[in-house]
Amino acid sequence: MATEASHYYVPNPSLYPFILSVGLLLMAAGFIFNINHYAVGLWMLLLGFLCVLYVLFGWFGSIIDESESGKYKAWEDRSFRIGMIVFISSEVAFFAAFFGALFYMRNISVPELASFDPNFTMYKDFLGTWPTAGPGGMVLGMEYKPPQFTPMAAWGIPALNTLILLSSGATVTWAHWGLLKDNRRQLVIGLFLTIALGILFLGLQAYEYHHAYTEMGLTLGTGAYGATFFMLTGFHGFHVTLGTIMLIVILLRSMKGHFRPDHHFAFEGVAWYWHFVDVVWLLLFVLVYWL
Amino acid sequence: MTTAAQAHEAHHDHHPTGIMRWLTTTNHKDIGTMYLVFALIMFMVGGAMALAVRAELFQPGMQLMRPEFFNQLIGVHALIMIFAALMPAATGFANWLIPLQIGAPDMALPRLNNWGFWLLPPAAILLTLPFILALFGIGDGAIATGWTFYAPLSVQEGIGVDFAIFAVHLLGISSVMGSINIIVTIFNMRAPGMTMMKLPLFAWGWLITAFLLIATIPVLAGAVTMLLTDRHFGTHFFNAAGGGDPILFQHLFWFFGHPEVYILLLPVWGFIPHILSAFSRKPTYGYKAQVYSFWAIGILSLVVWAHHVFTVGMPVPALLYFMYSTMSISLPLAVLFFCWIATMWRGAMSFETPMLFATGWIILFGIGGLTGLVLADVAADAQYHHSYFVVAHFHYTLFAGGMMGMMAGTYFWLPKMTGRMYSEKLGKLHFWLTAIAFNLTFMPQFFLGLAGMPRRIPDYALQFAEFNMISSIGAFILGLSQLIFVYNIVSCIRGQGEKAADKPWEGAEGLEWTLSSPPPYHSFTVQPVVK
Ligand SMILES: [Cu+2]
Repeated sequence: MATEASHYYVPNPSLYPFILSVGLLLMAAGFIFNINHYAVGLWMLLLGFLCVLYVLFGWFGSIIDESESGKYKAWEDRSFRIGMIVFISSEVAFFAAFFGALFYMRNISVPELASFDPNFTMYKDFLGTWPTAGPGGMVLGMEYKPPQFTPMAAWGIPALNTLILLSSGATVTWAHWGLLKDNRRQLVIGLFLTIALGILFLGLQAYEYHHAYTEMGLTLGTGAYGATFFMLTGFHGFHVTLGTIMLIVILLRSMKGHFRPDHHFAFEGVAWYWHFVDVVWLLLFVLVYWL
Repeated sequence: MTTAAQAHEAHHDHHPTGIMRWLTTTNHKDIGTMYLVFALIMFMVGGAMALAVRAELFQPGMQLMRPEFFNQLIGVHALIMIFAALMPAATGFANWLIPLQIGAPDMALPRLNNWGFWLLPPAAILLTLPFILALFGIGDGAIATGWTFYAPLSVQEGIGVDFAIFAVHLLGISSVMGSINIIVTIFNMRAPGMTMMKLPLFAWGWLITAFLLIATIPVLAGAVTMLLTDRHFGTHFFNAAGGGDPILFQHLFWFFGHPEVYILLLPVWGFIPHILSAFSRKPTYGYKAQVYSFWAIGILSLVVWAHHVFTVGMPVPALLYFMYSTMSISLPLAVLFFCWIATMWRGAMSFETPMLFATGWIILFGIGGLTGLVLADVAADAQYHHSYFVVAHFHYTLFAGGMMGMMAGTYFWLPKMTGRMYSEKLGKLHFWLTAIAFNLTFMPQFFLGLAGMPRRIPDYALQFAEFNMISSIGAFILGLSQLIFVYNIVSCIRGQGEKAADKPWEGAEGLEWTLSSPPPYHSFTVQPVVK
């Protein structure tokens, strides 16, 4: 490290972080006004989103320029790598909160609601078997009609989606091998396949959601099961969407001839992110769909 | 490539001036200064809210405000003091000091660093905006649930909760970005020869803090997201009718909330040894023991959260587990106390303002720690839970343990940062007024709690009147004496006062004292070699 000491790249002053913060403030306030039925909210949300979009292009654009003009050497590269690992760790903690909620409801609050002394509970017919929409809608002295919904079966589309995401992990690794061998063709084809699989996955998820809402009676409001199902798969789907967008950027850059076998952190960072999304899906498949 | 690098070097010192300097800066000292100034401003804002609360509590009966407004004040006071004063102050010191202490040219990710700061003012706006909106008939004011957002109250309340949820999101992003930056800087930017076990304790304290933030802030983000969907999108996370449970929120919140205490304290534990050793003119005692204690406390803090909810009805084995694990934190903490005292043992001590704050801090934080041990006892907690005893306890840990630690650090490094000496006379006056008024404010609250006064109430039984009056008088002295602090800082920044030497404290150790006071805009462009 000593020899590189005077060369650590400290970027010039930049207005992007400030604009991004203003954009997020507008989006947050706009969203709040919107859900509380103030008309101005939508416009603030839109304006904020434009700010964020502008910054995404500008900020990442300048990072790409700096990278391609050789400002990042091994030392800077190491910073990005450690930073990306820490960032993905924080994402793990975010998903852990929702998995924790699933665990708590399945193993603690739902069984407890079913375990009360029948003489002292309004939920006396509630059995607490998973999946459940909870004991709500029960009225004292009337016959209990549990909310009707069909839980999501594991071995249809979800199993297919598992296969799709696992193969996309393989194709992105294959693309990486291509990059390491400086084989552009393999790199581009591998990335293209990965993106195609990602979009296919998202399409199937969208179909599944549509099916759940229109035919299975399964919605965000379907008690403990509906809340955990849609929040977990929803945030996962959101991350797949982000990952797919990032992969598309990497594909375009690869086609423009960016990256070298010994210098391609952006590719690897996105690949790590993609694998992380993959692992979260495996957990989802086992804990949400299957068990 | 080389030409690009040269072109870059040529442009390197071209910096915008005026307001644009602060909006666009990528310099760790500029960003650190913004964090610290922001923290100081929000400290005064949060303090003003506390004074309004104490004014209402001066006498029994309702005098100054409606109870709903009282509830809004206590919640926003806490959120501001924790998220907008203490945490930014700690991050400001990290930005200023860590690169100087480890011999780095700057923080590792400078633009991200700037973003981390500029998320804070928007968050502060979101927190306080509902007060103003209410004046125009929009909503009914800020969040009134207390800082803990407990469901189902927070599910049923008005627009203030939505604003607080998104404020927490922005603060969370800011903390995660700050933590990423600090972790990367410590791992990747150390000067040659600066091994991990030579790292200054302040950097160690912050490294563990950053790990805790990465592990817990996203969980808080998840919890308030569930709250948002429960409020507006029909989920049942915290609603028994759907199989959820309000207590789930408490578990998620305190999984973040307990480590948060150490997030606020670890940076202070980091710089107290620097101060003690400087004014005792002795090296820090038990460096390794302190590092291991930091680790032990950091890890333990993640698995003890339910001591905050002993009274909600948990199975006895769970109560016992959380009681014993909580109490076991006092073992590594006792190691730290031993090391702090042993550092001073037989030292050639002198008591300049930073040392006064550091030694006073040991005693007052000690009281906070010991009363925490009382609250960790399941049986005793049944009486003290949600009483003023708790309020007194956490002000001993967070005002004395947190804020007074920050003050010690401020006086210690202010000459380095500004190049000017503060007024020692006023500094000492500030210390004595703060220490005495602090005890006057919060000592009576222990007894109020023992006597049964619940927290978070705007009115109380007549029997509590005397102690509340004493507490309110103390609070106003405490609040006003902070103006001395502000005056001292402002006059240093404005270049009044004596010029500070490069090493104003005879016994101080560390790379930051090898630089001029104030240090050059770009320090350590050539890294020093640590032997
Ligand atoms: Cu705690």
